[in-house]
Amino acid sequence: MERYLFLAQRLTAMVLGPLVLIHLGLILYAVEGGLTASKILSRTRGSVGWGAFYGLFVIMAAIHGPIGLRNVLNEWTSLPKTATLIITLGLGLLLLILGARSVVAVVGLGG
Amino acid sequence: MSLDESISHQSLLKVKVWRGKEDGQWMNYEVPARENQTVLDVVSEIQRKLEPGLAYRYACRVGVCGSCAMTVNGKPRWTCRTHVKKVSGTGELTIEPLRNLPRIKDLVCDLAPFIDTWQKAGAPFSGIQTRHQEPAKVDPGSKARKAADAGLQCINCAVCYSACDVVSWDKDYIGPAGLNRAWTLINDARHGKRAETFNKAFGEGGCGSCHSQGNCTRHCPIGLSPSESITGLKKSALFGLPKV
Amino acid sequence: MHPLRNHKSYVAAFGHRVSGIALILFLPFHFWLLGSALGGADELDSLLKYSELPLIKLAEWGLVMFLGLHLLFGIRILFLEFTDWPSFKSKEADKRAGHLVNLVVPATIFVLIIGFIFLIQAW
Ligand code: SF4
Ligand code: SF4
Ligand code: FES
Repeated sequence: MERYLFLAQRLTAMVLGPLVLIHLGLILYAVEGGLTASKILSRTRGSVGWGAFYGLFVIMAAIHGPIGLRNVLNEWTSLPKTATLIITLGLGLLLLILGARSVVAVVGLGG
Repeated sequence: MSLDESISHQSLLKVKVWRGKEDGQWMNYEVPARENQTVLDVVSEIQRKLEPGLAYRYACRVGVCGSCAMTVNGKPRWTCRTHVKKVSGTGELTIEPLRNLPRIKDLVCDLAPFIDTWQKAGAPFSGIQTRHQEPAKVDPGSKARKAADAGLQCINCAVCYSACDVVSWDKDYIGPAGLNRAWTLINDARHGKRAETFNKAFGEGGCGSCHSQGNCTRHCPIGLSPSESITGLKKSALFGLPKV
Repeated sequence: MHPLRNHKSYVAAFGHRVSGIALILFLPFHFWLLGSALGGADELDSLLKYSELPLIKLAEWGLVMFLGLHLLFGIRILFLEFTDWPSFKSKEADKRAGHLVNLVVPATIFVLIIGFIFLIQAW
């Protein structure tokens, strides 16, 4: 299992790299233009491209982050390893659900 | 002029030595500072002249056996080849047992948890050929052989094990020396259990826990790079066993 | 600092970890906020009003910076683990780790400076 968790974390990291760069660029762009909700939403609503982009982002982050947190918990707390695994899975699921919800909200369903 | 007189003109080294077990105390000693003096010389001098009961380990005194490692001024070192001048600009030395291992007495610690990681890493060699067979032909220039050769000279001193933070955080972590050894075997065509070793090196407490910040490599007295071997392991996470 | 920890690679590994922890704690809230746009632009706007509060603004910018930091330190890890660049012999592994930090640290400072310029502008 460790081997696949390790792989999953590094592979998602490689995908997340460019996604984060674009995301950061967008944030700067949005701030420059003044951040209002309607402006953001008018751009993103119904856009398949942004839907795919942030959908992928959410999935990758929901895999990458919890695995990292598991390592931290295993090393920096005395929680048993089954407990850290459950926390990892729970957090991954939570991020997937909340993330999917936010992508739906920002992009809209079916445009 | 007797030896003792000549010494009295020299400056003194202030040495703090850990005595006891986990719940011991620091003791202060003073020994003459000499032109050529290793940390092990200092410990021996204290034991012979000042503190006959002081427990410490050594055997070869020339950097071969790996038994003399201690923590010197906060860092793990092989004491027989560590010159005082190199580690003590201030004329002060602090000597305690290796980190990350249970203490037995004074400067001696129990190496069992370190040795056990060999098993955990699947690192005992397992031959496949009998004496009646031709010796295996190994191309010394192949990638696998070079990877194995790079990690072979380990003297099992536990310096890297003691330097590694992950070892101190996670009792399941195999640690640098065991994983380094596993990597040499995985790249050795004559090792019969390559797949098993590979799986163990990737198992719980395996190479995935390493942070790649290289404290092991930084401290290995003979210049091996366990972190590089671990990196080799990590690189084979995707495609599995490397070709030999 | 602890004699085993006063080197650049350790600082980089530590920064990577701390920024990662901050991000994973923040992410659920971030998603929650965005998800609230379900109710339409009004609701998101009213939530974004909170982000006008100086403290929250600072926290958000801190997190954007953490994201940048985590990315940079992460690139360092990926280079160390999955490439042979810059080439080295085993004895030089430490130097190599150092080279990477030497690249990552100025990049980090650059990100921080740009970040704070934007922060001041957006205030
Ligand atoms: S590189 Fe890995 S094995 Fe070496 S000291 Fe760091 S965490 Fe331990
Ligand atoms: S790898 Fe180096 S530091 Fe570690 S046990 Fe072997 S010789 Fe000692
Ligand atoms: S006494 Fe043998 S290595 Fe130091």
